[in-house]
Order: sequence, then structure tokens, then C-alpha cells
Amino acid sequence: MPNITFLNPDGSRQTFYIAEGVSVMQGAVANGVGGIVGECGGNAMCATCHVYVDGSQVASFPPMSANEDALLDGTASDRKPNSRLSCQILVTEAVGGLVVELPERQI
Amino acid sequence: MTQHGQLASSHPISSIDPFSPEFLADPYPFHHELREAGAVVWLERYSTWTVARYDDVHRTLNDWQTFCSNRGVGMSDFAKEKPWRPPSLVLEKDPPDHDRTRSVLNKVLSPAVMKTLRERFARAAEAKADELIEIGEFDAIVELAQGFPLSVFPDAVGMRKDGREHLLPYAGAVFNAFGPDNDLRRNAIERAAPHISWIAEQCQRQNLALDGLGAKIFAAADAGEIAMEEAPVLVRSLLSAGLDTTVNGFGAAIFCLGRFPDQWAKLHANPSLARAAFEEGIRFESPVQTFFRTTTKPVSLGGVQMDEGSKVLMLLASANRDPRKWENPDSYDIERRTSGHVGFGSGIHICVGQLLARLEGEVMLSALASKVRSIEITGEPKRAFNNTLRGLESLPVAIKAK
Repeated sequence: MPNITFLNPDGSRQTFYIAEGVSVMQGAVANGVGGIVGECGGNAMCATCHVYVDGSQVASFPPMSANEDALLDGTASDRKPNSRLSCQILVTEAVGGLVVELPERQI
Repeated sequence: MTQHGQLASSHPISSIDPFSPEFLADPYPFHHELREAGAVVWLERYSTWTVARYDDVHRTLNDWQTFCSNRGVGMSDFAKEKPWRPPSLVLEKDPPDHDRTRSVLNKVLSPAVMKTLRERFARAAEAKADELIEIGEFDAIVELAQGFPLSVFPDAVGMRKDGREHLLPYAGAVFNAFGPDNDLRRNAIERAAPHISWIAEQCQRQNLALDGLGAKIFAAADAGEIAMEEAPVLVRSLLSAGLDTTVNGFGAAIFCLGRFPDQWAKLHANPSLARAAFEEGIRFESPVQTFFRTTTKPVSLGGVQMDEGSKVLMLLASANRDPRKWENPDSYDIERRTSGHVGFGSGIHICVGQLLARLEGEVMLSALASKVRSIEITGEPKRAFNNTLRGLESLPVAIKAK
């Protein structure tokens, strides 16, 4: 099972093994990661599962949809070049070892 | 043996009527019975299928190719009956038509737009809380659940000041019309004419303020994203789906916080839980109880074979309390992780105004949590009956300032 590491704004980190096929948001919610909200349940509506993806990894991801791009303009914490919505990142072997930084706020 | 024109496959059959007064008054024992009966149950009263478990409701919502919306999301099949009003360009459409109009509404109601509304809504919520504290004892449905959304939503859309009393009866008729041809639906449609004509007027460009959400829809038509004649029909979606739903969302939250003082105490101690308290109210009460889909082809779900053209009733409220999905589903817990509830639907038709609803819920409950010490229910709550919406007609309460 691929592992994903969540880096909290206070510097603490949590690593979880997450089943392939679910989204990083779903994996975070199921493991009680407080810094991911996921209000809309993974429908790419609410921008409350915002993450900053480790710079060396972000380039290898599939490109974001126009919808995700637009949603990222409305995030509660500042958008950065490595911003993504974690509901749109599917957990696969290829993303194993992924490190995502959580923003200060989701709402 | 019940005759219903289906091939002989073994499936549970129920005589429950999900639109009867008994069901609408207290749906929970019926939900339980239908969830336990099987993944898919045949409702012989209406010759329609129903799904009551979370996984099956979620799957149905997320497979528009098989479970379509363009034959209507109520019991009436648009392939067989003329719709009672021109169909919605989002709710009652499937891709590709759906995506063009939906993406306009996504932009009009986006997180970025919510940021521009937040301060204004928060100020209005503070004012409403102060006003309610001043009154002390009042009907929480009229003064709060209706009063607050009515004080912010029509202005945000950019509606005219006169005639706003048509909004709630119009929405009530729309949601009653998703049900079967029963008294609720017949009465609502019979009385709808004046509301329909006011709504149609209000959807026209010249009746919308230049800086509101309605005007943004017309701007999208100017930009060629939708046809000009589609713009008023999309504005209609804001008017029919944007108010009564939120009213019942507020009613749910206040009814819960009044009934469960330990949860109110948590919120009072930590007003930052306001948004979560509103959301959990949506899961717990499910203001929108049901929607239908229609099968586009023969499909097997939970081992049951359904024909093409079958209506499928999705019991959203039952899914939101399915113990297969939720721990202690019948308790209102504002610290619960509610992500994944289907109170706003799921999939491509998920409520496009959910961010607006949450914003309203958050700022209002937050203002109450900071300014009010206690909310006490002081009289018998009276239920409002609607084929689709669950909520109260009146809820007498008394509040005390902090």
C-alpha cells in the first residue's frame, strides 16, 4: 500500500498507508487528518482539501482540470504554484512516498 | 404474488408509501425497514424501485450514464408525461448539455465568490442575532430559519424588493412536484400559477441588480458560454433551489441544537464549530429527503435486475443514517466527520449552492454561539409536510443573551 505523509502547519507530520484507488482526501479523512476537511465529499466543489504538494513531485502529476484550477483561486489559505485539491489526487503506487503540506486554513 | 411487469428475479417487495403522511411525519422506522429489506426494494404502491443504503444511494448518484436525470428527478417520467414546468437546465439534464450550464453556476457560486460575500453575510448575522436576543421568545422557523436567509439571499442574487413572498411557496411547489400525484402535489401545482409568473418576471435581466449573482449568469450569456434564452432558466434554478433548502437546513440545525443541549454547550464554548454544526444538521435531518433517477439501460444492482426506463427513488435521508456507513447515526454530533454525507447529493448534480448554504449556516450559528447562552424549545414543534423537503412549520423557542 502506498504511503502518504501529511505535514501540518505546526511542523508535525503524520504518515499513513492508504489503499490504492481512493483519493488522498478520502485517505486523510479516514485517518482523521484534521487539516483536511473535504466538505463536499470529493466532488471538486468546495476547495477545503487544499494541499501543497512537494515541489519535486508536483510536476509528475496528471495536469489539473480547469475546474480544479478555478477552485484553487478561492482557497482560504493562499494559492501557491504547488497547490492542488487532494480529492483530485488518486492514490496509486506511483504516488507512494508523497509528501503534502497542509495549509493554515481550509475555511 | 405481486404482478409488476418485472422478470421473475428475486427481490424484496414493500408496500411502504414514502410519500404518505405517516412516512413524512416519521420516516426513520420506514428507512430502517427498507435498508434491512435489501439493497434494492420494489415499491409496489408506485411500481418503482428504491435504494435506502448509503453505498447504493452513493453509487446511483455517481453513475449518471446508467441513472439519468433528463427523464426527471421526481416520480414523473418526462419520456412519458409532459413536465409540469419547463425542465431545469442543470437538475434535469445530463451531460453533455448539463456541463455547459453547470459550469456557469459553478463559477457564479464558487469559493472565490463566497469570499466576496462573507463579510456582508457575517454582519447581517450579527444584526439578526442581536434582533432575536431583543425579542427573546419567537418562532425559530419564521424569525431565524426563514428570516436570516431572506435577509441575505435575495439581495445577493439581486432580486427586486417587492414580491419576495412568492419565493418560498414557489420552491415548496417545485419540491412537492417531485413526488407522486398525491394531495400535496396536486394542491401545490393548483396554487402555483401566481408564484410561477412572479418567478418568471424576476428571472428577466431587467429585474436583476447589476452586481448580483443573477447578473453574473447573464454575463456568462454575454460571453457566449450559454445562450441568452438559457440565462433566465438558470436564474430560476437559484430561486427555486437556493432558499427553501437553506431555510430547512437552518430549521434542522436549530431544532437539533434545541433538542440536544450538550451539543449547544459544545458550540457555545467553541463557536468555530458553527460550520460543522450546520453540516451535521444537514446529515442528521436531510432537508432534501429524496430524489429519483431513471435507468437508461437494463442494470443489475445488489443482485437485482432492473429494466430500462425504471424509476429509482434514492432515500438520501436514509443513506445519511445508515449504520453501515455512520457510527451512532441517530445522534447529532457536531464534532463528527461528516465528509461524504449525501444531504447535498453527490456526483455531477451535487448541490451547486452548497457553499452559499454553508456560509449562511456558519455565520449565523457562529453569531448565535457567541452572543446567546441558551436556546430552549418552549412549545410543540409543528411539522411542515412536503413530498421532498423535511422541515418544520413552527418551532417556538426562547433564547437568553450571554
